[in-house]
Amino acid sequence: MDMNDEQLLRYSRQIMLPEVDVAGQEKLLEATVLIVGLGGLGSPAALYLATAGVGRLILCDHDRVDLSNLQRQIVHSQAGIGRLKVDSAADTLAGINPDITLERIPHRLEGDLLEQAVSRSTVVVDATDNFEVRFELNRACVRTRVPLVSAAAIRWEGQVALFDARDPESPCYRCLYAEGDDGALNCSENGVIAPLVGVIGTCQAMETIKLITGVGETLTGYVLYFDGKRMEWRRLRLPKDPNCPVCGD
Amino acid sequence: MSTVQAREIRVLFFASLREAVETDTLSIDITGPVSLDELLARLKERLPPTAMTALTAENVRLAVNQTLINPPVMVQPGDEVAFLPPVTGG
Repeated sequence: MDMNDEQLLRYSRQIMLPEVDVAGQEKLLEATVLIVGLGGLGSPAALYLATAGVGRLILCDHDRVDLSNLQRQIVHSQAGIGRLKVDSAADTLAGINPDITLERIPHRLEGDLLEQAVSRSTVVVDATDNFEVRFELNRACVRTRVPLVSAAAIRWEGQVALFDARDPESPCYRCLYAEGDDGALNCSENGVIAPLVGVIGTCQAMETIKLITGVGETLTGYVLYFDGKRMEWRRLRLPKDPNCPVCGD
Repeated sequence: MSTVQAREIRVLFFASLREAVETDTLSIDITGPVSLDELLARLKERLPPTAMTALTAENVRLAVNQTLINPPVMVQPGDEVAFLPPVTGG
């Protein structure tokens, strides 16, 4: 694809980076990213992927904007209260970058529909808030061999990981956690400090851009833990579990 | 590595687990390899019951020398064992 003058100017600060260049920007413009969840993590992830020029964003969330979301879900605004999150987010993103295509999926993706959406994506961003959907998304990504940028955040702590099912050595989300009950771990019961989701969701956007452009080294095979109270990061190696029921042999 | 360091396991607690355990790190003296269960038994001598409940909760992950592991596993003098809380909000 050939970029027009406006695109060359819009993305000039990124194209200026020798590792990105015109070729890298074109990869971004040709990419499709599925973002599941437009809450605390999905907001900054969607904003940065939109501004950076990912050509097609598939926005998926069945929920509507609530006043209690606005403390941290920065893609939504006061005027969006009561609206579908996909509509509220799409309006904000289109307002910042009308150059990209935004698809909206205002319901929970399951089964074949989930697999179809995943299989036409370059990368999937898991910005959901519960284990059940995370495991389902992980299974779909492993089956269709689409990289999954996964993150979670609660209270003052967060984690980011990249599971790249194209790489036979890569672990998957199920190698990290066993399927079980997560009833006590949501934001409404535990609380979450506003900028935490910004820090972690922005890391997801960064890893997604690196995956698409092929720049640098991705987090594949590691989990990055963040403790906001101490501004402390720990990067831990996560080996593939040979007995994993999802990605194991 | 000095002899003193090689006779202990350094145990780290990350983020919210640090608060549950009310400490950052503990050093456990050992003379040879021990199983994770034995290490937990040694921790139990030093920590309140509420701390042990937090450390053995579902999906608390353990890392030995910066690698996440699945029990059973043996740990050696000089190893660093870290406990990491599960995170799922978003």
